[in-house]
Amino acid sequence: MELKDKLVSSFLAFEEEFGGENDDLHNIRNQAIQDFERIGFPAKKEEAWKYTSLNSVLKHDYSFFPKKDDSLEYRDIKDYLIDNIDTYDLVFVDGVYSSHLSQTTHDKIDVCLMSSALCKAPYKAVVDNYFNKIAPKTGLNALNTAFTREGAYIHIQKNKMADKPIQIINLSTGKESAMLLQPRNLIVVDENSHVQIIERHQSLTDRPVLTNSVTEIFAAKRAIVDYYKIQNDSTSASLIDNTFIEQQSESFCSVHTFSLGGKLTRNNLNFYQKGEHIDSTLKGVTLIEGKQHVDHNTLVHHIEPNCESHQDYKGIFDGNSTGVFNGSVVVEKEAQKTNAYQSNNNVLLTDKATINSKPQLEIFADDVKCSHGCTIGQLDEDALFYLRSRGIPKREAQGLMMYAFANNVLESVKIPELKKRINKLIAEKLGVEVGFSL
Amino acid sequence: MAYTEDDLKKELETKEYEYGFYTDIESDTFPVGLNEDIVRAISKKKEEPEWMTDWRLEAYRAWEKMEEPEWANVHYEKPNFQNISYYSAPNKKPKYNSIDEVDPELLDTFKRLGISLDEQKKLAGVAVDVVMDSVSVTTTFKKTLAEKGIIFCSISEAIQEHPELVKKYIGSVVPRSDNYYAALNSAVFSDGSFCYIPKGVRCPMELSTYFRINQAGTGQFERTLVIAEDSSYVSYLEGCTAPTRDENQLHAAVVELIALDNAEIKYSTVQNWYPGNKEGKGGVYNFVTKRGLCEKSAKISWTQVETGSAVTWKYPSCILKGDNSIGEFYSIAVTNNFQQADTGTKMIHLGKNTRSTIISKGISAGNSQNSYRGLVQINGRAENARNFSQCDSLLMGNKCGAHTFPYIEVKNKSAQVEHEATTSKIGEDQIFYCNQRGIDTEKAIALIVNGFSKEVLNKLPMEFAVEAQKLLEISLEGSVG
Repeated sequence: MELKDKLVSSFLAFEEEFGGENDDLHNIRNQAIQDFERIGFPAKKEEAWKYTSLNSVLKHDYSFFPKKDDSLEYRDIKDYLIDNIDTYDLVFVDGVYSSHLSQTTHDKIDVCLMSSALCKAPYKAVVDNYFNKIAPKTGLNALNTAFTREGAYIHIQKNKMADKPIQIINLSTGKESAMLLQPRNLIVVDENSHVQIIERHQSLTDRPVLTNSVTEIFAAKRAIVDYYKIQNDSTSASLIDNTFIEQQSESFCSVHTFSLGGKLTRNNLNFYQKGEHIDSTLKGVTLIEGKQHVDHNTLVHHIEPNCESHQDYKGIFDGNSTGVFNGSVVVEKEAQKTNAYQSNNNVLLTDKATINSKPQLEIFADDVKCSHGCTIGQLDEDALFYLRSRGIPKREAQGLMMYAFANNVLESVKIPELKKRINKLIAEKLGVEVGFSL
Repeated sequence: MAYTEDDLKKELETKEYEYGFYTDIESDTFPVGLNEDIVRAISKKKEEPEWMTDWRLEAYRAWEKMEEPEWANVHYEKPNFQNISYYSAPNKKPKYNSIDEVDPELLDTFKRLGISLDEQKKLAGVAVDVVMDSVSVTTTFKKTLAEKGIIFCSISEAIQEHPELVKKYIGSVVPRSDNYYAALNSAVFSDGSFCYIPKGVRCPMELSTYFRINQAGTGQFERTLVIAEDSSYVSYLEGCTAPTRDENQLHAAVVELIALDNAEIKYSTVQNWYPGNKEGKGGVYNFVTKRGLCEKSAKISWTQVETGSAVTWKYPSCILKGDNSIGEFYSIAVTNNFQQADTGTKMIHLGKNTRSTIISKGISAGNSQNSYRGLVQINGRAENARNFSQCDSLLMGNKCGAHTFPYIEVKNKSAQVEHEATTSKIGEDQIFYCNQRGIDTEKAIALIVNGFSKEVLNKLPMEFAVEAQKLLEISLEGSVG
């Protein structure tokens, strides 16, 4: 049976088992499954999916009823966590919350589970106001909404600052022959609040995993949100990450995406600016090899005046890998004095690697400063020569230069320990020893 | 009383299209509609050989199965293809040997267009192949060209006299089933220009053609074929103006350029089809397929100034097939009132050491929408390919839009591709500076726009550059404030 049909026909069983009592939620889910049935999975002829085909990941016979697994111990997952600083942790194993691996809180801020937020009364107002409000009606979002069950629920109340970073870790154990995971996160950051979040998806075996994740983030006035995505999964795991951010006046949101692994990774990242003096930052490093495929599809929607956005994506492609960058900036006619910047730089290391880049600007306001740049090129021969003339072997010199190329995205990472980790990951991938720390 | 901006605005709003007039020449026009019989009839009318008729019919059959493209960033009422007359020709034949024999009314038309034939005959350097409603009426300077072995004639003449050349090259760069409008054009093209430069010849003058849509309700489907043999050079100019018409007129041309080893073709266009009135009513639909093929070390350079037409849909492209070949694209697209333009280029790098440059300047004013859409494709075997693209947009007022849709596809590690785009407006300080020195706002804008477009204007042949500058001014009149 086609995956789509299988999903649609399992919906009722899913609703019965996990649906809960909430009528509003029932309606949202029912509507979503109808939308999914109508729209289906994205096809290559759609402009947004021109360069990425999901055929190879949709062919597996995925199971999508999560089963509880308590056998994992902390030491099994330690490597995937940032363990030497104090953090709140939300760990999900095969889509099920693992309480003994996690650390949550309700003290001043809420760092807890989507499943409990969806059915418990104290959270009802927040869920009603924010859940499924900004995710556009695409087939993938609708599918996630229909099967919403678990994920992170983070609510930072007014004038609060999350005292430590929050880690959201999605693990898959490979107990099923193929697993479809659909985490759903809701993050609400109230006025003058601040939060740092690290998200990671990790498969522990070589069994195929497809993750279709949806995250909705709401940043109220003057809120600050720092979001980091680490994508360094095994080559049998694919990820479709859908993240939607709505910002109010004077808020500051940044999303850093580090795509260093996985079979197929698609990042749909949308920013909606619903106020003035907003700053949005989107940065990414892509460093892949083999037959890996990473697709960044970004949108920054400038709706109100006096806002800024910065996009900076760097890519290094080895082997037969394929990179896609499809970034769009839309400036509405009310959004005067917008300052939007977009840059995409790529290096191809082999003739079999491919990069498809489509930086778009759609501008309806006249008093704006918008620019984009896109380059595809090689490492500077002169710089390479300089390094080699000082006794650094060619390979190492190349590694160092690529490291430097990717590094300016790292500079804006605000958690020092995370910076160190990613730094190390990138250095390992490039095969360079970095004898200095940042 | 002081002359204010409002006065100016009022004056301009009521200003009619300068080149809007209609020549009353009895035309030999076909009934509206399109089917195989019409295609056959066009072919017969032109006394074409059988292979050409079959070629057209095949194109028609392909067209029937195709759908009108919708991906472009333009919105318009689709033309009804059964409501167009596919053939119209000025009636008074045969051709004239001297200028005095030409219908005086026609001469008057040319005068108002600024091409006075008798003057131009003497003005050495430009040969004009005038296409008035599809059939070429008069060709000058043919003799001089013939001495060099250059063939410059209408395509129907070429089909009669040089069938081997036409047969070999027509459809070789833009295949009949390439796209909807190319297929339509292949089936019904009524005339166009043909140009052949023999091996090693440098064409001594700029070849130019004026196209004009004249008869109401006639779509114009020209077909241009330029062949530059090994180590030859030609500069080709194309320019258009069209009279005011309320119903939309369709213009679906196909231009094919073939530059063989070491040849160079420079193709310049100034396009000024009727853009519709200030409410966005009427105007010409310009759906054009232009493409050039470069063999080894050949060079094709497209320069275009787009100021007219209600809807423009045009992507002059270069296929850089031969090693060391060069493709260039310089464009200025100006949209005002309710005009929509979706234009850009495609640079397909197939050969080694191929280079391409794209400079695109978009200027939007009024309620218009101006999009740049371009593709740079570096194939796996195109070692050391190099591309530089720059797309700048200038916005005037906040009712218009400027959009950039670049597609960059690279499959070779030695490629070097750069793309840059900026969007901005004319600075108030710049205008203030001009005002302060006694230059009124209107003139100041023209001055600034000219500066903004200079990189492209400089690429035009001299005769055109002057005209293009004037056109820019006319097109942007009334966009102040």
